[in-house]
Amino acid sequence: MNAIAAPVRRKLNPPQPAAHQFPYHPGSLLSVNDLSLEALNHILTRATALEQQDPLTRDRILAKRRVTLLFYESSTRTRTSFELAAKSLGADTALISSLSSSIEKGESLKDTGLTLRALGAEAIILRHNSSGAPWLLEEATRLPVLNAGDGMHEYPTQALLDLRTILQHLRPGIAKVGADTLAGVTVSIVGDILHSRVARSNMLLLPRLGARVLLCGPKELLPELATGTGPGIAIERDFEAALRESQAVMMLRIQAERLAGLQLDLDQYKAAYQLTGDRLRAFAPHAPVLHPGPIIRGLELTAGVADGPQSAILEQVRNGVAIRMAVVERALKHPSDQDLSPGTPLTASVEGSRA
Amino acid sequence: MTALAIKGGHLLDPAAGVDGARDILFKDNRVAEIAPHGKLKSANGAETLNAKGLVVAPGLVDIHVHLREPGQGYKETIATGTAAAAAGGFTAVGAMPNTTPVNDSPETTRWMLAPERGAAIRVFPIAAATRGSKGEAINDFAALKSAGAVAVSDDGHPILKDGVMREALAAAARVGLSVIQHAEDTRMTQGAHMNAGPVAFRLGLRGMPVEAESNLVERDIRLVTELRDARSHLHVAHTSTAAALAAVRQARRNGLRVTCEVAPHHFLLTDEHVGFYNTHAKMNPPLRSAADRDAMIEAILDGVVDAIATDHAPHAMHEKEVEFDRAPNGIIGLETALGLCLRWLHREWKMPLGRVISLMSAQPAALLGLKGRGTLTVGSCADAVIFDPKAEWTYRAADGKSKSKNTPFDGWTMQGKVHWTISDGRIAYASA
Repeated sequence: MNAIAAPVRRKLNPPQPAAHQFPYHPGSLLSVNDLSLEALNHILTRATALEQQDPLTRDRILAKRRVTLLFYESSTRTRTSFELAAKSLGADTALISSLSSSIEKGESLKDTGLTLRALGAEAIILRHNSSGAPWLLEEATRLPVLNAGDGMHEYPTQALLDLRTILQHLRPGIAKVGADTLAGVTVSIVGDILHSRVARSNMLLLPRLGARVLLCGPKELLPELATGTGPGIAIERDFEAALRESQAVMMLRIQAERLAGLQLDLDQYKAAYQLTGDRLRAFAPHAPVLHPGPIIRGLELTAGVADGPQSAILEQVRNGVAIRMAVVERALKHPSDQDLSPGTPLTASVEGSRA
Repeated sequence: MTALAIKGGHLLDPAAGVDGARDILFKDNRVAEIAPHGKLKSANGAETLNAKGLVVAPGLVDIHVHLREPGQGYKETIATGTAAAAAGGFTAVGAMPNTTPVNDSPETTRWMLAPERGAAIRVFPIAAATRGSKGEAINDFAALKSAGAVAVSDDGHPILKDGVMREALAAAARVGLSVIQHAEDTRMTQGAHMNAGPVAFRLGLRGMPVEAESNLVERDIRLVTELRDARSHLHVAHTSTAAALAAVRQARRNGLRVTCEVAPHHFLLTDEHVGFYNTHAKMNPPLRSAADRDAMIEAILDGVVDAIATDHAPHAMHEKEVEFDRAPNGIIGLETALGLCLRWLHREWKMPLGRVISLMSAQPAALLGLKGRGTLTVGSCADAVIFDPKAEWTYRAADGKSKSKNTPFDGWTMQGKVHWTISDGRIAYASA
């Protein structure tokens, strides 16, 4: 049995998948692939403008508009960040979490979404443990749906805030992003790639601006076929080699809740992939260190790195609010209604954002 | 005594080597006479159907359907499932045992066959191979056979233990039944919802590797080889991988009685058709890569595949309108099989009409030993499909006879319009 498949002798012209209609609503953000470069620039510009705007005028932008947060997973950063962002624009927010709602009684996602719409929700921010759930919710409700993390799939606003953080460090003061803004930049994403929605959104987004994404991790957490996700993605199993090539490093948590029986030797893992102060100084002394959180000190990175001068972790959290203000605004207001004064820089400098 | 004459049509009976203009007369559930147009001798008083311009072929046989009764009548009933089958040109279906309760007893088998079920066409129960389809204790195959079962299978719950599968193959061979295996090493597919590969990775879904199928097919073939019993017959259900087909091909070269079926979705669609989590593209085995799909087409055209079978698996709307990883596996297929096979196998890939019909009638009938079915010679069963092989039409799931509408083929162009389906000499379906 040498040949697995019989040789294909005929030219086959099989049926092709039909074009899809997602996103149904132009304000939705389901995947980073939904964003054109123009939309990306719009969000980054508005994030900066909204961040700098007087809070007393900013809260008229979405005054009394209704935004619902629907959370099927626990969350600190994401929930608070979206809530603060929506409230900063004057919107009313309501939070539904799966553990204190009729979801516990067996109500389906579709029915939950239709109920929220009937209650007056104008946009839904969804965090869900099933990959693809936001697509189902958007199709059912036709409301703008913001994907705040779906299973192991995507987390677009995290990739956007990571991009903003990387731009602040590597391209401070830039006015506009394009297909070559990050040309020559390598960003390493290290750790549990397989289970990470943050990794997937970043590996789809960063190469569109010219960056090269270098994935790093053990085979169990990083299958070879990950490079097939899109262009500009490569694998480097050797952490130190990856660091040496990187202008930015993104560390990921091992997602114990998604390991599904997979056994990992944590001591071995730490020996190979933990970001320590020594490694960082030796191989990437200038690279900002990103982490989507929650961080597990002493596992994927040491406390010294987390608290050290290269850590951008808390900047990411701050950037999250700015990005989410822009994304929530986009969900509820057509771009033509929004103030886009020319010449607004996309990002303040690192120092500015720390002020 | 009822008599039905079909006049003016083109008789296509691949098993008998007939491919020409003929009239045909059914009497008492049997083919009574076949003659050139206008030459039937005993058709006086018979009801007549005008088949001018139409093909008259043996009723189609689908050896892999889920009729959902007993116990899951909200998805499908024997009445609605067989009505869908008749609309699709089928006159015989093999009904899988994953019902509630599992059909692992002569009582349930007989219940399915009772006239009260209101079947529009013939149902041939495939009984569970093991008690409750739990893969532990073999059922009494002789008793199941005498109650009407035509094969045994734990479809959906593959028999993983070597000893149990060996015993099932041996026991089935002794009573002349086939063992149908849903080949999936479920130890490799825990929590997986689609084909393993770049698409699953991109969608953030756990994948079922092709080896989960091919390893079990190879294991089963090894067991058949070791059994050294010429009567034993292994049938591989819904083959979806090139590797499994290669194993079947090799087993046949070695003279073993190993057969396989392929479902239309596996020779037409790939994991790319999952799109954005379309639960109507979720089934088990899953839609595979383009290379596997192409291998299915090649194997069908090359004659390695013994039958087209739909794996008709109805699910209620609310069960499919959920998150992808919570949706049940399966799609309906009885009303689209002929239309898809003619549109793609025949028209696109130039498979002769007679060979397509054979894959959907004579071959599956022979595979399960359904005597008198799958052919239209004098004395055989009065089962026929009368269709226009050229007519194109658009399939609308909402208009279908099946109780469920879970199909990825809604809105697709079909070729070949069924005008009548004749089951046991009666008109089981007539197009509006």
